[in-house]
Amino acid sequence: MPFRRYVEIGRVALVNYGPQYGKLVVIVDVIDQNRALIDSPTIVRTQINFKRLSLTDIKIDISRNPLKKELKAAIDAADVHNKWDSSSWGRKLIVQKRRAALNDFDRFKVMVARIKRSSLIKKEMSKLRKQKA
Amino acid sequence: MSFRFHQYQVVGRALPTPTNESPKIYRMKLWATNEVRAKSKFWYFLRKLKKVKKSHGQMLAINEIFEKKPTTIKNFGIWVRYQSRTGYHNMYKEYRDITLNGAVEQMYDEMASRHRVRFPCIQIIKTATVPVALCKRENTKQFHDSKIKFPLTYRKIRPPSRKLKTTYKASRPNTFV
Repeated sequence: MPFRRYVEIGRVALVNYGPQYGKLVVIVDVIDQNRALIDSPTIVRTQINFKRLSLTDIKIDISRNPLKKELKAAIDAADVHNKWDSSSWGRKLIVQKRRAALNDFDRFKVMVARIKRSSLIKKEMSKLRKQKA
Repeated sequence: MSFRFHQYQVVGRALPTPTNESPKIYRMKLWATNEVRAKSKFWYFLRKLKKVKKSHGQMLAINEIFEKKPTTIKNFGIWVRYQSRTGYHNMYKEYRDITLNGAVEQMYDEMASRHRVRFPCIQIIKTATVPVALCKRENTKQFHDSKIKFPLTYRKIRPPSRKLKTTYKASRPNTFV
């Protein structure tokens, strides 16, 4: 199986370690075999080790080391945040975040909803089973 | 960002005497982990270069020098002289980094690993930002490509912080993603 995601200028990546954890950033230049220069509209352009990056499928069209303005325009043009939020990886993270933000009562409501759903499913399943028999 | 080595500008001179009321002032830019060590290194270099020693000298100023543009990548050339187990050698090293302090740190790490030379045995002769056309080393030149493209291999998923690290895992990690 060939590689699908490459380190490239314009590759969108997720920071998976350190103070910028969870941020979606863009690789704007490659320093050496271990580090890249990353940027996003919300952070100051910095270096980061590739070990702290998870590459995504999204790539935007930018020149090397672009101005902040150009980077922002390219991110908006490529619709990166919507694309990310609708990808399965991004959706999982949203769900994770929402689950973490629930309080005890919310978790109770989730539990009740799950019980209701499974009882409905069971009912339908038993109907089908009876039909078949 | 915190660096192990900081760049200092140290200014000093010999103490004024009745025969020489305004001795020549010397300025030096050097790397050290803190100001105290920078001053010590200044006297070490000055007494090798000129007839001035700490016992009959004074420090006029010491300032830290910061990187002007810490958001752009530069190619740094570093000329060093070091003492090995057999003698003294000169060497030219090239690093890509966003700050000179980072490049100096890389140099000290590399000298320690490749040549087993530690900080006290290394003297930095000169540093420079090298334009792309004048870069010598293949390892820096290979990154001068605006269409650069390479995969990351052998990826290990790390926990998001040190606190969540575990030594033993229930299942083998998938290193190919």
